Amino acid sequence: MFIDLNKNIMLKLPIYLDNNSTTPMDPRVLEAMTPYFLEDFGNAASRNHPFGWKAEEAVDYAREQVAKLIGADPKEIIFTSGATEGDNLGIKGVYEMYASKGNHIITATTEHKAVLDTCKHIEKSGGEVTYLEVKADGLIDLKELEAAIKPTTILIAIMYANNEIGVIQPVRAISAIAKKNGVLFFTDAVQAVGKIPVDVNKDGIDVMAFTAHKMYGPKGVGALYVRRKNPRVKVTAQMDGGGHERGMRSGTLNVPGIVGFGKACEICMNEMEVDTKRISILRDKLENELMKLEEAYINGSKEYRLPHVTNISFKHVEGEGLLMGFNKNIALSSGSACTSASLEPSYVLKALGLGDDLAHSSLRFGLGRFTTEEQIDYTVNAISETVLKLRDMSPLWEMYKEGIDLNSIEWAHH
Amino acid sequence: MAYSEKVINHYQNPKNVGTLDKSDKSVGTGLVGAPECGDVMRLQIQVDETTGMITDAKFKTFGCGSAIASSSLATEWLKGKSIDEALTVDNMDFVEELNLPPVKIHCSVLAEDAIKAAINDYRVKNGKEAIKFEESVVH
Repeated sequence: MFIDLNKNIMLKLPIYLDNNSTTPMDPRVLEAMTPYFLEDFGNAASRNHPFGWKAEEAVDYAREQVAKLIGADPKEIIFTSGATEGDNLGIKGVYEMYASKGNHIITATTEHKAVLDTCKHIEKSGGEVTYLEVKADGLIDLKELEAAIKPTTILIAIMYANNEIGVIQPVRAISAIAKKNGVLFFTDAVQAVGKIPVDVNKDGIDVMAFTAHKMYGPKGVGALYVRRKNPRVKVTAQMDGGGHERGMRSGTLNVPGIVGFGKACEICMNEMEVDTKRISILRDKLENELMKLEEAYINGSKEYRLPHVTNISFKHVEGEGLLMGFNKNIALSSGSACTSASLEPSYVLKALGLGDDLAHSSLRFGLGRFTTEEQIDYTVNAISETVLKLRDMSPLWEMYKEGIDLNSIEWAHH
Repeated sequence: MAYSEKVINHYQNPKNVGTLDKSDKSVGTGLVGAPECGDVMRLQIQVDETTGMITDAKFKTFGCGSAIASSSLATEWLKGKSIDEALTVDNMDFVEELNLPPVKIHCSVLAEDAIKAAINDYRVKNGKEAIKFEESVVH
């Protein structure tokens, strides 16, 4: 399927606007992968026959493609099963490798669960973790970061860009602080790599996790960047086995997946500029149109933000109820968690200081390479209509319109 | 999570959305839930003082599809019932009628609470004592 972006194409439903959770594969990626499932199925570690050679060659090539996208040396790329593994290997691996230097890690409350839960694990095993709060715009406070560093600090783990609100952290300033204090800097760059320029040298990154399926590649394959020079970084392997990937990650390489990952990186490298320009125009259109609704609020920094993401709260309308108005036709996610037992809304939105009511009222939009203007127009209409309909049905909206201060009401909390 | 057809129908065509005059003595208003929990239901009943029958019911709900469907269904059930009959409506009736999954049981509890709150509001307004209900356990 090739989509000509200059021509009007028929609007096909459902529309996919949840590209922060995963992206569709680019057909060119699938094309590159196919031979490695079939005729070229070899094990890249088989050194003694052409099947193995061919697989190894393909992996080497993909490693170059991946490295190039982030300005790294191919030897610095460790293939993994995805970013959750990358986060675990990167953080636990550094924690264990540098145990003699200290046991303190600094991270932030808005990190992905794969980072937060890894840190919790480390705390249980005797490590110490500082969780930095973020400011109302979602950015960490660099002064707080610097103040949190102590002699035992070995790692700063701060994400490149947030998955829910798209806010981009001041990575270069963070790495400068890390370097000045002799601390390593790890970043979960899942949402950033392939979408905005990420350069491990310019950005001063020591260890970085990212994954293929957020950048039009296949699921089940990712990479951990591990710096080899200035400083040379090592991570302790988290799985025992055949010593693949320079001993840091054992396990037979997922050759077709890696080939697809490489191709996906190459496409991002070549098309990022054009894609970003086009997608950010669509994002801005979507955002501007939806912000015409009363009592709509953008969550997180507008200035330091991924070009394809927006997160908007529609006050006095509950997110899941809102999604139900169109989720047959538009795929989106909400910061509301009405389905979870705890009824706790998004911890990321709460970390920004949003009240639970606004957090419950949020929608996350993740546009992508295949998003069209027709889809955005359709989405604006569908969401605007549903918001208006649900507000007509919302007792909170009625009270708001009557000028009643909702905080003055004694709600029955359960 | 897939919603049942009945929930979808109520969500798409909610019955009895609206507002009754809460200062009217014949109107009982129940407002339950909290914005922070993602659910607020307001259920209102109009009662014929001579017969004790519920002649009209209206709702407005902030919440998910199941919460909207539960309150819409509640208004349908209440119309034409006597206050005493209305008091027998149980949260499990909503669960069964709407095929609510376990994670949505709190919506049905909220609907039951809203009915009771509306009835008590009506009673208090008309010089009767509020009925003391046992605390609902599932929220």
